[in-house]
Amino acid sequence: MIIIVDYGAGNLTSVKRAVSYLGYDSIITDDPEKIANADRIIFPGVGAAGAAMEIMQKKEIDNALKQSFKAKIPMLGICVGCQIIMERSEENDTVCLGLIKGEAKSFPNNMKEVGNRILINDENAVDHCLKVPHMGWNGLNIVQNHPLFNGIEQNDEFYFVHSYFPVPIDKSHIYGETQYGITFASAIGKNNLFATQFHLEKSGEPGLLILKNFCLWKP
Amino acid sequence: MLSKRIIPCLDVREGRTTKGIKFENNVDIGDPVKMARFYYEAGADELVFYDITASHEKRDIMIDVVRRVAETIFIPFSVGGGIRTLEDMRAVLLAGAEKVSVNSAAVKNPEIISQGAKAFGNQCVVLGMDVKHVGEKKGIASGYEVVINGGRTYMGIDALEWAKQGQALGAGEICLNSIDADGTKDGYEMALTQLISDNVSIPVIASGGAGKPEHISEVLTKGRADAALIASMVHYGTYTINDIKNHLEQKGIKVRKNRNFSS
Repeated sequence: MIIIVDYGAGNLTSVKRAVSYLGYDSIITDDPEKIANADRIIFPGVGAAGAAMEIMQKKEIDNALKQSFKAKIPMLGICVGCQIIMERSEENDTVCLGLIKGEAKSFPNNMKEVGNRILINDENAVDHCLKVPHMGWNGLNIVQNHPLFNGIEQNDEFYFVHSYFPVPIDKSHIYGETQYGITFASAIGKNNLFATQFHLEKSGEPGLLILKNFCLWKP
Repeated sequence: MLSKRIIPCLDVREGRTTKGIKFENNVDIGDPVKMARFYYEAGADELVFYDITASHEKRDIMIDVVRRVAETIFIPFSVGGGIRTLEDMRAVLLAGAEKVSVNSAAVKNPEIISQGAKAFGNQCVVLGMDVKHVGEKKGIASGYEVVINGGRTYMGIDALEWAKQGQALGAGEICLNSIDADGTKDGYEMALTQLISDNVSIPVIASGGAGKPEHISEVLTKGRADAALIASMVHYGTYTINDIKNHLEQKGIKVRKNRNFSS
């Protein structure tokens, strides 16, 4: 059974719907025992890392996830779920799960897109700063192959909504990168754990394909 | 680099879309769920549903539509029309929408924006603005005034000020509809779109007036919009999403390419 972890972050039913569309059963739960006994675990999330970790600790979901990681259960983090696997997050200066070394950082202020002025093609155009949150469709640059990328092509686009992103210390944990003012890690992984900063459940066919690959993944 | 978004808009009345699509025989004209799937497959980046059912009692029909759409398409979509309370917002989001759009209710009670942003996150709250050009006058320094009731009721509010206030209250995005341009197919209201885009830091979706792909490339470059809402130009089969994106690509505008997946 696929377990979708309920830690107070929204968007759980969207993930459940997508998994169900692919033909897999799943249950949404906050029960640490069920999480510890899952065949596969997805922890999606919209919201703040601080609030998410607080609920995880209160419900002892954090320990269940750490155990599952050691027990080699396939695990998939999405969005905030891609940030809380780091050691800490700049968001509310939050201590996180620490499954991957490094931290979640926010986009710098006043980022500008190179070539934006050319795109606007208007001499009077104000040189606009990039908007944060980074919201919309953006490309994935695959920097390292992974079973979850089966069928995914270089620069396939995915749907993002976020202000923070993971920064792993060990670059070998980075599988995909995305460009938005800066280059940031948008897909990371380690052993039986994989996580995407983009929303697989809202990224059309390529998103569904990665989800499907996860449902079949035998790390 | 972020792609510019192309967003078909479906008007839904009592569970049926009010405009059908003409160009594909296999699409049940009028069924919003089938139309949503059609546009999903055609490469739309996002969808917008407007519930134009007047009565509050019939909201359940819309919620059911939202639920069925959410089971069918896997791109973001927003729902607007008749959203008056936090509970209305919650119902739409729980049913599977990514965002809710508030319009008249926010003009009458701006607090709904901050309440919604606090409860569900800024990215969930879209401020829908209907705007008319009235010329510069007292209280309307920009010359653009906020209207409600489909353009019938003037609110004495400057559109630029309202956009800034909406952002300050926590709106994550603005859907900017020009009542003057709406339905004309003569192009978006360029000056208005520029004005608002240049003065807020949240994404602006241009709406009203799209008749051909050139209008869209213009509003995404000169108009500085982040996304373009389209309706009749695709509903009646004059253009496909691909036609529009091919044109935008030729103009050097980054768009999401729809490729075939065998799965």
